[in-house]
Amino acid sequence: MSKQVLAKQVLAVPGVVIRFAGDSGDGIQLTGDRFTAQTATFGNDLATLPDFPAEIRAPQGTLPGVSAFQLHFADHSVATPGDSADVLIAMNPAALKANLEHLRPAAQIIADSDQFTKRNLTKAGYAANPLEDGSLEAYTVQPVPLTTLTVGALKDFGLSRKDAERSKNMFALGLLSWMYQRPTENTIAHLTTKFAKKPAIMRANIAAFHAGWNFGETTEAFAVSYVVAPAPAPAGTYRNITGNLALAYGLVAGAERAGLPLFLGSYPITPASDILHELSRHKNFGVTTFQAEDEIAAVSAALGASFGGSIGVTTTSGPGIALKAEAVGLAVTLELPLIVVNIQRGGPSTGLPTKTEQADLLQVLHGRNGESPVPVVSASSPGDCFDATLEAVRIALKYRTPVVLLSDGYLANGSEPWRVPQSAALPDLRVEFASGPNGVAADGTPRFLPYLRDPQTLARPWAVPGTPGLEHRIGGLEKADGTGDISYDADNHEFMVRVRQAKVDGIANDLPPTVVDDPTGDARVLVLGWGSTAGPIAAACAEVRAAGGSVARVHLRHLNPFPNDLGEILAAYDRVLVPEMNLGQLALLIRGRYLVDAISHTQVRGTPFKSSDLRNAIEKVISDV
Amino acid sequence: MSESLLSPPLTGPGPRRVPLPLITNPSEGPVKQSAKDFRSAEEVRWCPGCGDYAILAAVQGFLPELGLRRENIVFVSGIGCSSRFPYYMNTYGMHSIHGRAPAIATGLSVSRPDLSVWVITGDGDALSIGGNHLIHALRRNVNLKILLFNNRIYGLTKGQYSPTSEPGKITKSTPMGSLDTPFNPVSLAVGAGAGFVARTVDSDRKHLTSVLRAAAEYEGTALVEIYQNCNIFNDGAFEVLKNPATRDDHLLRLEQGQPLRYGSDGEHTIVRDAAGSLRPAAEAGATEGSDAEVIHDAHAADPALAFALSRLPENGGPTPIGVFRSVARPSYDRQVAEQLEQAVQASGPGDLDALLAGRDHWTV
Ligand code: SF4
Repeated sequence: MSKQVLAKQVLAVPGVVIRFAGDSGDGIQLTGDRFTAQTATFGNDLATLPDFPAEIRAPQGTLPGVSAFQLHFADHSVATPGDSADVLIAMNPAALKANLEHLRPAAQIIADSDQFTKRNLTKAGYAANPLEDGSLEAYTVQPVPLTTLTVGALKDFGLSRKDAERSKNMFALGLLSWMYQRPTENTIAHLTTKFAKKPAIMRANIAAFHAGWNFGETTEAFAVSYVVAPAPAPAGTYRNITGNLALAYGLVAGAERAGLPLFLGSYPITPASDILHELSRHKNFGVTTFQAEDEIAAVSAALGASFGGSIGVTTTSGPGIALKAEAVGLAVTLELPLIVVNIQRGGPSTGLPTKTEQADLLQVLHGRNGESPVPVVSASSPGDCFDATLEAVRIALKYRTPVVLLSDGYLANGSEPWRVPQSAALPDLRVEFASGPNGVAADGTPRFLPYLRDPQTLARPWAVPGTPGLEHRIGGLEKADGTGDISYDADNHEFMVRVRQAKVDGIANDLPPTVVDDPTGDARVLVLGWGSTAGPIAAACAEVRAAGGSVARVHLRHLNPFPNDLGEILAAYDRVLVPEMNLGQLALLIRGRYLVDAISHTQVRGTPFKSSDLRNAIEKVISDV
Repeated sequence: MSESLLSPPLTGPGPRRVPLPLITNPSEGPVKQSAKDFRSAEEVRWCPGCGDYAILAAVQGFLPELGLRRENIVFVSGIGCSSRFPYYMNTYGMHSIHGRAPAIATGLSVSRPDLSVWVITGDGDALSIGGNHLIHALRRNVNLKILLFNNRIYGLTKGQYSPTSEPGKITKSTPMGSLDTPFNPVSLAVGAGAGFVARTVDSDRKHLTSVLRAAAEYEGTALVEIYQNCNIFNDGAFEVLKNPATRDDHLLRLEQGQPLRYGSDGEHTIVRDAAGSLRPAAEAGATEGSDAEVIHDAHAADPALAFALSRLPENGGPTPIGVFRSVARPSYDRQVAEQLEQAVQASGPGDLDALLAGRDHWTV
């Protein structure tokens, strides 16, 4: 839209946190996604937090049915979706009630006044209309009859009232797009493709979107629009990306750089299913996706494909990991590459399927029978899911081992701008399959020893079926060193258990030095984190430093093995603070491994840390030193 | 955008794609192989007298006939006595975990359609802990040859009743008799939509070989139930079908296009009763050799005949062996491969840079 805003005031602001909230059926996630896409294209830095219920359509208008989407965008670097929102768009009373706690004092509330009927107020548990009874005095409330305005704008479209009402989210998007002067082209393009087969709906949505924009521009109720300037960023091509999309791309890229076919075995589970959906669209990359009958079949099929020379991958969440444990143990002893992706969610059991948590660390490390070492890699931001995936693929292929890749619900659905890498600059992941005998039999003839190890990596040869002369049998029973024959020998078992452990431990020699963020060099407190807490920890440390404090920070990519230099780094600080969305799992490992008196700071609320909470925790530790 | 504290990824040049290391023509040229070529060096460790020995010998004797080089054949098994089988075959093999062999073999076969993939399993492995994978492989028609060694007992764990043990079975875990109704593996497979279902007996080498041949020729999942004697924990379970004195009256050999007859001179007939079930003619009150005689047709699209045949023993009839059902339908593997090809035809080979950049991108 190129119309000039003439009569209205335009204010420049450094950043804004907007929260869209409505019924699960209101299209809130789509609205949030579109606003995010417009904002990303505009060049702001941003971070998002979709927050939706596990039920697909909980009863309309009720608190459990509320779906929300929070977006933080700014003219500077953004690390988190924001502790609290500056603006709330509430599509009904329940959305208002459920989200007040997420607003900062004096926040602006734009509410669809049409939906504040007696019936809806009762459903949300309001005795009186909060838009009218003064209970929202602490906020700036702007009631807008979004529903009637939308229906009015679409009156010539020949739609039923019900169908017309469904476009009210686009009206709201249009209004917000005007308020923040967002570019609108890609939303129009998106609606055009999305509803290509339903031209009437397409036209209605586009018209509602325009109507929302025009309403903002003309109504006196909205006197001000805001400008948030683009954020500076290193040169490059950028796009907005969610964690699950970046992870799926990482798998495709890993397979391309290895020159191997990718095989995904997966069973639908929240919040991992999007990776299955995404990969199933890329068959032209030689990607095979197999929706298995259960979690066990999914990992088993992936392992079977790895035996055949593919990169076998399985994607799931915590409950699926529990079911896959035995097959992952088989992969440990078969010493075949396998990628096991865990998009963690709230547990135990079914827990909180759509909420985030990082409480599966100990499960993936220790949740198998026997001594069963598995490398564990974790992603720290939506875009970082791409790099973490490539690293998992690298380790799996080079060391012939299952690797667990940890992400979580926040990273999976959250998004951020991502600098698009050049494929030629990605790691070279080519491997060599065994092609001939590597030993001699007792009678002096050449033979193949499937468990003869590379002296450097301790990896065994990957001999794929179809290779003449390398026929061999492998299995879950203990194998004799070298030959791989069944062996119940005590010394051999002792050796094999230790050598499998040594192989995984040895990966630490293959990791770059750990990056320590300690700008002043005089910090006495180190914050150690892993996974999706990276954003909140970075923001909290920045706040501490801005207030004159000194704090250092390390964020782990590798949780097994730990980097070789970690012990030394930890020892250099007086206090080590470990924030986690669990009850202290990394802290337990750090204490056990390094005898460091790590201070655990934990939260299990299904949402990311607020940076202000972390800032308080860090400052408390600093003041106690 | 998160400022990364993580170490930068290792980067380096390298070609985007190398040719896939897949065998394209497995049976190129004539191969001269004998049973000996399929014997591995591993010492066979089943109990002396176990029916597994006969099956092993029959498979090793049959494989040269397939004309496939041994490197293109893979045996995948689960857990149980029979699942040690792959160790004794000089092919590629995997002795996996309990019940999961069909799932592992599915991943292998789908990703490597050039291989001949065989699953070795038992009644506990396939029908109890791994039941789900079996029925799903069957409905998908993955190109697997599944040999289900049915000895109606748990051997490796020393003699508990299995999902095919007869009701009332006294075992270590059922001192007062088993209360379970057993599975009939052929009924189960037919019910799961299997395209190929057969049954044979460990001690009848010729019949066993003929069934293996038919299974190998089938494109898709071929389930072969093999009655196998566990002489330690369930000796003589199939004696009545093996003993020359009794077998003719208890065994019905299925032959395509032939009437369902048994008895030493083929004097007994099977007829269809009013409810559509199959019964011995005498029991159904029909005259031997009457018009109601049923002709075997394993290729019938409708599975009713195969299912009715599988229930014959429950209706007082003989136990059929041979091919119950062999109906051509496209294998899962083939269809997966076709979709991969179609995707390339429709959108061209994958372009990683275009994928990563996506449609909505901007340049700084
Ligand atoms: S226990 Fe039975 S099935 Fe197992 S090897 Fe011995 S005889 Fe064979």
